[in-house]
Amino acid sequence: MRPSLPSDLTHLTIHEALLALRRGAISAVELTQALLARAEAVDPRLHAYLTLDAAGALAQAREADRRRAAGDDAPLLGVPLAIKDVICTRDLPTTCGSRILQGYRSPYDATVVAKLREAGAVILGKTNTDEFAMGSSTEGSAFGPTRNPWDLERVPGGSSGGSAAAVAAGEALGALGSDTGGSIRQPAAFCGVVGIKPTYGRVSRYGLVAFASSLDQIGCLARDTRDAALLLRAIAGHDPLDATSAPLPVPDYVEQLAGGVKGLRLGVPEEYLCEGMQPGMAETIREALAVLKGLGAEIGPVSLPHTRYALPVYYLIAPAEASANLARFDGVKYGYAFPDAVDMWDSYRRTRQHGFGAEVKRRVMLGTYALSAGYYDQYYLKAQKVRTLIRGDFDRAWERYDALIAPTTPTTAFKIGEKVDDPLQMYLGDIFTLSLNLAGLCGLSVPCGQLAGLPVGMQVLGRAFDEATILRVAHAYEQATDWHTQAPPCA
Amino acid sequence: MSNTLTLAEVEHIAELAKLGLTPQEAQMFQEQLSAILDYAAMLQQVDTEGVLPTAQGLDSGEAERPGMREDRVAPSLAQAQALANAPAQQDGQFKVHPILDE
Repeated sequence: MRPSLPSDLTHLTIHEALLALRRGAISAVELTQALLARAEAVDPRLHAYLTLDAAGALAQAREADRRRAAGDDAPLLGVPLAIKDVICTRDLPTTCGSRILQGYRSPYDATVVAKLREAGAVILGKTNTDEFAMGSSTEGSAFGPTRNPWDLERVPGGSSGGSAAAVAAGEALGALGSDTGGSIRQPAAFCGVVGIKPTYGRVSRYGLVAFASSLDQIGCLARDTRDAALLLRAIAGHDPLDATSAPLPVPDYVEQLAGGVKGLRLGVPEEYLCEGMQPGMAETIREALAVLKGLGAEIGPVSLPHTRYALPVYYLIAPAEASANLARFDGVKYGYAFPDAVDMWDSYRRTRQHGFGAEVKRRVMLGTYALSAGYYDQYYLKAQKVRTLIRGDFDRAWERYDALIAPTTPTTAFKIGEKVDDPLQMYLGDIFTLSLNLAGLCGLSVPCGQLAGLPVGMQVLGRAFDEATILRVAHAYEQATDWHTQAPPCA
Repeated sequence: MSNTLTLAEVEHIAELAKLGLTPQEAQMFQEQLSAILDYAAMLQQVDTEGVLPTAQGLDSGEAERPGMREDRVAPSLAQAQALANAPAQQDGQFKVHPILDE
């Protein structure tokens, strides 16, 4: 007789789903159908997906079931996932949330997508993002905002807001995102899911549409830390197609989850528990620290004195790199081209005027200025030097601590429209996540509480290439709490 | 309101970036970019005498530094694939506006 079916397939974790698939309690087709049905029911309200590929997903699920019947047990066989729409997929559009790439179809898969396919994953579709991943709310998508499943009047965070909302609302079991200044961790915190930004160089970026090349990194969003470890294990590793990917062995993140935190030294950066945070935020993090202390971790204070400079450093370096990366969008090779241009220069100007949205233009302008003759030393070079000091802060912290604990964000999810006319206010929301990208380290956000019914994320920051330790800390915390099991009301 | 950037400078930057702007956008960017640059001015207080710039996050140790790969011929995109997304093409090539006067 067939084992009984779990009651709600859409809220399984990946590891639960894999158990059910292996036991034959469910098929990949049943699981995929359940997630597609959920997406069809809730996505008209949430708008987490830019492309939902029901037919393609079901075909992949049938293939997964065939492979399993033939004895295959690939690590993610039959697991339905979503991909942020800045990551290239051969058979689906890749728009980057931009009009300039509307209808674009990549001729190749990103390495991470190829790896997921090889691991047997079912790709459900492409998720919404701020245009070219530039933003913190997903309001910057040319195709309309995504809404937070915990409160439809609020943003899901960004730029990987579609991926975070899809995972929180039961529209995908897990998702890929990208994180240049917090774009995985911040939406994970706002939507009550786990999000990990691996170390710069840990995951191949071949096929990730470039925003700021010294900062961009692909990572994972999931319902719990074990799932995040499963996904990271599947996508990590050196890739000859990405010269910035590190030729280092990939540890088995799943096997190393169980170590616990006993004797682990966890530092609390004083600059991250500052004035001006939402009331209750600091207390929530302190409660989480008490839990970790109770589990045997040694907690102590640390100072990262250059933290306050991370925001201006980031908002000079990232736009400077973006202005160079986005020069490729010229209406010649792919994407939108202004139809009535009179000459080449007019074509460039009009194509980019009508193809790019406000935030992308703002950053291209800012970056062009920071790199322009007469201002390079004052802005870009100065920012790169202060970046060295920010890295130095972390280097000193690692002499005393194995990982650092901080809030992921200064507030819970804000209202749609609240910051859209004030870019500086929007940028200030990123103060706790930017430093990590500037230093090239790894970090994650794990649900650790709620304020007024909205999720709060605890950030765990780790040494370069030490994802195993931050996953272990978050996993130990999850074993003692149940914040990660809470589902939003809309789901 | 800050005038760190003048309207003329905004227009000059837009031209460097080959970005067409409406007069309203130019006005908006003058205000917003000035505010952002004023905020970024705090970096000038930081003493960076003798500090080397950091260009990316991956140059801390020998182990993670990618080596040079072997130089070998490998398959690339076919011409039709490379052209598949072109807004305009002709005779198997990207079609562009003339860049030289007749």
